[in-house]
Amino acid sequence: MNQATSTVLCMTDIKKSFSGVPALWGVNFELQAGEIHALVGENGAGKSTLIKIMTGAYRRDSGFIEYGQNSVAFQNPTEAQAVGIIAVYQEIQLVGFRTVAENIFLGREPHSFGIIDRRRMNTGAAEILRRLGLHINPRSPVGSLNIAHRQMVAIARAISFGARVLILDEPTSSLTQTEVSVLFDVIRRLKSQGTSIVYVSHRLEELYAVCDRVTVLRDGRNIVTQPLTTLSRLDLVCHMLGRKPDQVSKGVTAFAGRPQNAVCRSVLLQAEALKYQHCQGSVSIEVRHGEIVGLAGLLGSGRSETARALFGAQPLDDGTVKLEGKLLELRSPHDAINAGMAFLSEDRKADGIIPELSVRENLTLAALPTLTQWGIVSRKRQDKLVNRFMQRLSIKAVSAEQKIHELSGGNQQKVLLARWLCKNTKLLLLDEPTRGIDIGAKGEIQRLIAELAEQGLGVLMISSEVEELVEGCQRVVVLRDGQSVAQLSGEQKNLQAILHAIAEGADCQQAVGG
Amino acid sequence: MKSKKRGSGWRTLWHPNFGAPAALLILYIANAVFTPRFATVSNTLNMLLQVSTTMLIAVGMTFVIASRGIDLTVGSTMALVSIIVALLINHGMVIAIWAALSAALLIGLINGFLISRLKLDPLITTLAALIMWRGVAQVVGDGRIVPFAHPTLEALGKGYVGLIPIQVVIAAVVVASAFFCVRSTLFGRYLVAVGGNEAAARLTGIRTERVKYSVYLISALLAGLAGLVETARLAIGDPSKIGVNAEFEAIAAVVVGGTPFSGGRANVLGTVVGALIMQVISTSFNMLLIPFTWSLVLKSLIILFAVFVQRPQEV
Repeated sequence: MNQATSTVLCMTDIKKSFSGVPALWGVNFELQAGEIHALVGENGAGKSTLIKIMTGAYRRDSGFIEYGQNSVAFQNPTEAQAVGIIAVYQEIQLVGFRTVAENIFLGREPHSFGIIDRRRMNTGAAEILRRLGLHINPRSPVGSLNIAHRQMVAIARAISFGARVLILDEPTSSLTQTEVSVLFDVIRRLKSQGTSIVYVSHRLEELYAVCDRVTVLRDGRNIVTQPLTTLSRLDLVCHMLGRKPDQVSKGVTAFAGRPQNAVCRSVLLQAEALKYQHCQGSVSIEVRHGEIVGLAGLLGSGRSETARALFGAQPLDDGTVKLEGKLLELRSPHDAINAGMAFLSEDRKADGIIPELSVRENLTLAALPTLTQWGIVSRKRQDKLVNRFMQRLSIKAVSAEQKIHELSGGNQQKVLLARWLCKNTKLLLLDEPTRGIDIGAKGEIQRLIAELAEQGLGVLMISSEVEELVEGCQRVVVLRDGQSVAQLSGEQKNLQAILHAIAEGADCQQAVGG
Repeated sequence: MKSKKRGSGWRTLWHPNFGAPAALLILYIANAVFTPRFATVSNTLNMLLQVSTTMLIAVGMTFVIASRGIDLTVGSTMALVSIIVALLINHGMVIAIWAALSAALLIGLINGFLISRLKLDPLITTLAALIMWRGVAQVVGDGRIVPFAHPTLEALGKGYVGLIPIQVVIAAVVVASAFFCVRSTLFGRYLVAVGGNEAAARLTGIRTERVKYSVYLISALLAGLAGLVETARLAIGDPSKIGVNAEFEAIAAVVVGGTPFSGGRANVLGTVVGALIMQVISTSFNMLLIPFTWSLVLKSLIILFAVFVQRPQEV
């Protein structure tokens, strides 16, 4: 690091809570002039909260922000923009049918006597685009550009505001490989012109390719800030996940001590060469009857996408899915369910529970057709089923008629699990089944998953808690940028190996066979 | 969970199963005391008669709103049905009714396709449909009012079963079936699931598209029925007048009755009560010789109040 570099932005001891729940516990962040600074962390780390405070979208509860030499307190994004702190989000805010130049100068069009000076606007836009090394016609409508170029226009707009600090939030998530390299050229050029960049991404390659330093947040706290040249990938992953590779923790989950039926039963799920948009590699997974297979990887590695695609909830670009040897055509979740699959999403509130309906109705929703005769739902059979499962999973509710959104997270999750158990399910796809659930319920759910597997169900479990994967799963498939890079079982299936595979990919472990 | 306590006074006052019926009761009793000849059997039946077409449409609207949609087409559907019946009645009543209701179903099918398959916004889609189908109805009728004489058909609008007008009987049957449908059928349960959380419903294997299709079909069919009854009562096909503003009366009844605009709940009986409240206000203002326009003001205040007490709670 060059000692002469000066600090542009310095945030000290930033605290922020949302309705009593702390999101940031006192975070420090320091950005130097002409620096590309990576900001990383898993779900709930506090990245987006920090960015929003930086840009004035949120107000901090306490702490100091120094920008240039002054202490600042932005009331809104416009104030931050005015002094040169601008964020470019994934969802780009442009007007499709106006031209590139109009978008760049939107709201600040050069004018004389109240009339927009188009010539000045177009030459001004051309000048900025040239500075970024882009060949885009300022007169063409933004709607006619591809996503990458639209993103460049958004960046050009930020530059035209005189951005000294540019925040890029997952800028590559919808770009192809070549588009990414164009973006990187632009970023490097900006850096050489003295602009500082905050770069948020989960793709390790990109961080190492373009960033100077990295700040890792976890659970609203600073973990580390360090030049990337001195930080190994493995260490970075360990910081993000909060695990040390040599750390030995046994028996932290309710999975521990359960027999893992190593006996090879017949193959249940065979998914091959699954491909999604923008991803280079492909994912292959196999699940046997009675087996729990873990899916490991960082946020954005394609874990959820894999589960959703297997369930027909998200289109696949390529690949085949076979269940008990039968090739499936998955156009919607309905097809997957008919084939015997079930899915618990990671976001219970967004696409799990139906908040205003009762526990009874939520629990029986998937099984309703089997409780129905002549289109009429049998309340008696419904009640019987609900009683059975509320007892079996010890769901705590005032009664079956209580609205589900009034239940605790753990109990909601149990209801959603029961929703699938009262159907004839062969394969359970679980996306972070124990996230956001209190310790007690967490153990119960883990025990339940193990029991279900012992009874012959196949389980594919996504988890960010490596212990859960190590102790709960017979095999762990590691994903990285939409590709299965390693498959670990038996002795190899340990914390160190998983972290290693997440960080370094296939080169350190045996590659996944077909 | 804690926040439930806040402001619960107002909310329990307008609890869907309590507030609106109480308001109706108070209105009725107050009128019985202050308005001469209000609380008589004939006036009550008369009010039921006048509200029955609105009731039919409002029941359909309850389904649509419960699915988190809206259907502004209903008034125009009535107009199209009206002119088709009037033009075809000479070819026989069965043919006329069959053709008219088919037309209504077609409207529902198109709405359903645009909204559930093409994912267009229901408000704009049905607004466009409202304009279009009223236009089509007037083109079909060549801009004229078409009178007809057909005692059997007219009985649908003017006849009585004992003391009770046939219209009211029809509305009662529709309300009862709708109530049962929401409460006990697979479709009814899917409807509230889709309205309550469409993404979750889809991930549970519910074919949400089909549910939304059905909802617009039901709404169109009931609007067609309302148009039929109205036409029979007036014995004219009048594409420019029939069903004007019917959609707004229906929406008002649904909202006042406690079916939230955010979907996920279908309160059919509430809708009935909502429609009755509106009717009692119209009738009593009329009987007290207060200018009709003032009843609009009071109605709008009631709608606003209903929306106010039902506003989404902070969690």
